[in-house]
Amino acid sequence: MSRPALSTRSGRGQPDAQRDDTLLAIGMLAPAVLFIVLLVGLPFGLAIYYSLHDVTTGGTTPRWVGLGNFASLLGDNTFQTSLRNSFVFTFSTLIAVLVLATIQAELLMREFRGKWLVRFLILLPWTAPVALGLIGWLWMFDSVFSPIDWLLRQVGLLGSPGAPLGALPNLYWLGDKTLAMVSVVLVNVWRLLPLATVIVLAGLNSIPRDVIEQSRIDRAGYLRRLFDITLPMLSPILLIAILFTFVFTFGDMISIFILTRGGPANTTQVLPSMAFFTGILGGNLGRGAAVALFMLPALAGMSALLLRLVRRSEVTT
Amino acid sequence: MTTGARRTPGQALGRVGFYLGVALFTVFAALPFYVMLITAFKRNNELFDPTTNPFWFSQPPTLEHLQLLFGDTLFLRWLLNSFMVGGLVVVITLLLAVPAAYSLARLAGSWGEALGIGIFLTYLVPPTLLFLPFAKVVAALGLQNTLWALVVVYPTFTVPFCTWLLMGFFKGIPRDIEEQAMVDGYNRFNAFRRAVLPLAVPGILTVVVFAFTLSTSEFVYALTFVQSSAQKTVSIGVPTELVRGDVFRWGPLLAGALLASIPVAVLYTLVIDQFVAGLTAVAGE
Repeated sequence: MSRPALSTRSGRGQPDAQRDDTLLAIGMLAPAVLFIVLLVGLPFGLAIYYSLHDVTTGGTTPRWVGLGNFASLLGDNTFQTSLRNSFVFTFSTLIAVLVLATIQAELLMREFRGKWLVRFLILLPWTAPVALGLIGWLWMFDSVFSPIDWLLRQVGLLGSPGAPLGALPNLYWLGDKTLAMVSVVLVNVWRLLPLATVIVLAGLNSIPRDVIEQSRIDRAGYLRRLFDITLPMLSPILLIAILFTFVFTFGDMISIFILTRGGPANTTQVLPSMAFFTGILGGNLGRGAAVALFMLPALAGMSALLLRLVRRSEVTT
Repeated sequence: MTTGARRTPGQALGRVGFYLGVALFTVFAALPFYVMLITAFKRNNELFDPTTNPFWFSQPPTLEHLQLLFGDTLFLRWLLNSFMVGGLVVVITLLLAVPAAYSLARLAGSWGEALGIGIFLTYLVPPTLLFLPFAKVVAALGLQNTLWALVVVYPTFTVPFCTWLLMGFFKGIPRDIEEQAMVDGYNRFNAFRRAVLPLAVPGILTVVVFAFTLSTSEFVYALTFVQSSAQKTVSIGVPTELVRGDVFRWGPLLAGALLASIPVAVLYTLVIDQFVAGLTAVAGE
């Protein structure tokens, strides 16, 4: 690293200062990097190791099984269901979140009285601890006392002979195979909508005012403006919203764990929840790790693809 | 608002649609919390009667659920646990992330940005991919079933994100600041300590709030590592301990969920714009 000092003013000090800076850079960075390598990198490696072995929490020595765990999963009914559910769950959430977040962000661009309160309430599903917000939904979907069902009964949609949603007093949101998936998607949309909205809002705010003003002067209609100006200029930020909604949905199991535990009959089981039930509660670490690792291609692919797309569109605009 | 008289019917309709839209979204977001609030003060005989209005009171409100929650459950203990874990995680996060962020922003040169993104990407590795090996690591360290397991593991998601956020903050501080301090005779490290850190206080406060709220909200790791009631954080204590088998203690359950949610939500709301700025910064400046 020693090179002749270009500046004559501090001829002797420069290379020393350079070297000191490099040492300082390493010294200040090392603790964080070591921590991440030890506590993210190492467990990650261990997850791969487990997935290739027959390991249980019991403490017997791991036995090498190669790709055995993965192969046996592919033929497993619960796994196939979980894999399919993971994608249904994630893509339904994604589409609903994107559409609703764009609308909600458009609304929040305007100023109105009491906006701070509306903003606080709209952000609540994301800012409150998830597990606790979900308890509210557990009550909303209760098989007997569900407030939603009460409302439906009041307006005559449910619970009387000939009512459109059936004569039974309740819909059994979390007990019915179709409704259970609808419920967990609904709740997941509820949870991620605030995050996507704030991301889209940041994007809307970065569109130059004069572009919008000009299009108004040109008498472009709302839809024309939306599709010709807003959405194209917004696309990099929408990709960011897609990335984080995807990652926070596909790799997560909280909504499903609290609401349905994967039931009824595995109809809402997803990869992360199956990994938990197999690996932690079932004690089969190898198989559980293999289930979790099936998430990796989708997560890594999605992150890589979107980061590339985003960078490219940054260059062209 | 003053031009109300000159509004065309179309604009009036637009305004109605606007407020209707805002109202619908607000109700959708807040409804579960509103129901928690009402239910927290409802008498049991009213609560468990499916014919009564669940959105309002038909009998006078009661404090019995709150008394149960504070007197008969470990709720206060869980709050305290969450607070302790959050506090310790904040300290560890600051000790690791502040120097790393400064190093990446100022000293690391061209590979600082790339390494910064690399560190940020570890934030995207979901806990559900790591919790199985972590369970073994935690057991090997003898930390299973203690809060210390969480203190060790939570920085794995706070450090990457906070390093990334702080990197942005440090880049926003003019280089002249520490160059001037170095001309005045400080070495680089002391210039950082005496001249740069005081200017980074807003960024550091953001990170404090952020690391704290993320820790108190975490669920998957806490569920995996902690089983004994007295060691639980509020985020798992409320959903796991107030439900015994199929018996839900709905009153205290909903009251506890609401009480613990609000302070965390208020804190988080203060930093959400910086949080999102950090997420979107990944797309490049």
